[in-house]
Amino acid sequence: MKRPRSSLVAASFAILVLGVAWIAFFVSAKNPPRRLVLATTTSVADSGLLGVLLPPFERERHLRVDVLAVGTGQALAIARRGDADALLVHAPGLEQEFVRSGYGVLRTCVAYNTFAVVGPTTDPAGIGTGIGTAPDVTSAFTRIARSHTLFVSRGDGSGTEVKEWEIWKKAGLNPKGEEWYLVSGAGMGPTLMMASEKQAYTLTDLSTYLALEPRLHLALLYPRENRADPLLLNQYAAIAVNPKKFPHVNFEDARALIAYLLSPAVQQKILSYGLDRFTRPLYTPLQGRCIR
Amino acid sequence: MSEIVIRTLQVSLSAVLLASAFGIPLGTFLGMREFPAKRLVLTVLYTGMGLPPVVVGLLVYLLLSRRGPLGWLHLLFTPTAMVMAEMLLAIPLVAGVTMTAVSAVDRAIREAALMDGASWRQVGFILIREAQFGVIVSIVAGFGRAISEVGAVLMVGGDIEGYTRVMTTAIVLETRKGNFELAITLGVLLLGLSFVVNLTLQLLQPGIHSTT
Repeated sequence: MKRPRSSLVAASFAILVLGVAWIAFFVSAKNPPRRLVLATTTSVADSGLLGVLLPPFERERHLRVDVLAVGTGQALAIARRGDADALLVHAPGLEQEFVRSGYGVLRTCVAYNTFAVVGPTTDPAGIGTGIGTAPDVTSAFTRIARSHTLFVSRGDGSGTEVKEWEIWKKAGLNPKGEEWYLVSGAGMGPTLMMASEKQAYTLTDLSTYLALEPRLHLALLYPRENRADPLLLNQYAAIAVNPKKFPHVNFEDARALIAYLLSPAVQQKILSYGLDRFTRPLYTPLQGRCIR
Repeated sequence: MSEIVIRTLQVSLSAVLLASAFGIPLGTFLGMREFPAKRLVLTVLYTGMGLPPVVVGLLVYLLLSRRGPLGWLHLLFTPTAMVMAEMLLAIPLVAGVTMTAVSAVDRAIREAALMDGASWRQVGFILIREAQFGVIVSIVAGFGRAISEVGAVLMVGGDIEGYTRVMTTAIVLETRKGNFELAITLGVLLLGLSFVVNLTLQLLQPGIHSTT
């Protein structure tokens, strides 16, 4: 009776020691000296832009940038709890409020592109086809509402949803609760997929749409080629989390990241990003000058 | 890809190891002892077996956030946070299955050991050995829960590429991006991995052929 019992104890003890050693090993091995937590939107991460921009910065400064790809609303909420060091987001109103309430500093506009209305190629609401194309995005939204065609909203507090509501408000409409108004509660990719499956309209950032286009049965309906709509401006800003609010944040590297994103070489990289795959640039650099 | 597989194994195996370290003694204790309020404890345990992962995710998130009680540990969005969440999810499962196995052991064995003057701790080891098949099953169940976890690890790990991205969160990401081929590949790989680990656990058990 005695022998097997002690061997069992020895075995479980050995497993435990090995396990703790293993955990200690991978926790320590995977922790480089410094990390910078960058909370950002799914669009910049999914479009692959950060994958091109960040590695040289990481090498240069011997640190690791940990990218949290979430919606703008969530990114700001993470930073408000002091769980991120820097932000790259796209909801000017929310950003200004974030900076005003003392959570963020050094808000800098990095690049912009455009939001776009996409929908079924048949365009049942008639916003982008035929002679009577919608003159602006508010009338495009009005036509969707009047025709009661399905529309999918993000509904996740993202910058895209903020923009969507700005347009509904300007059009004097409140689609909440309407039968044709669906709320996905998901990121841009799944929302586009849902719109495609349901043959619905949706508002999207251009880069995510172009990246997913081959898999979608949706057409870019507004704005038309070579036309811009100031209301559809999609401006990405970098913000450092205020070290006065959270003394533990990695402010030095956050500041360095913002300076890096604004450097001429990187701004040129942003402009040329995606030109090999798409017919037009995905982002236009802003060199720190916010449009609004 | 191999880096994601290795990390998946590290996180889920660490979690199940820790969960076993807590869950097996807990389950053994519950399986062999009677005490007041045991029914209440068991109800809590059974609720724990069906614990919604997102609730655990939220709990660990708020605990580890810089503004939370354990914020000074700087663990949010690290693999350690993921191990913690998976461990919390696996403990009730390991404890519950162990308890069932231990309480199914013939009472005569316990009585005889106690009569021989064995302490409760010694009785516990005897019972674990008798119920070893069930205990292995409890570890397997805990591992299954840990390796298949998505919601909680996404919340507390943040799905950071090269750091906290595991196979399940990678599948979510690739599906989000519409890369179904890659998502399916990862899914098949995950299944295969789970199979291999379970097989290893089963083969580690020498008495398995006689007990089944």
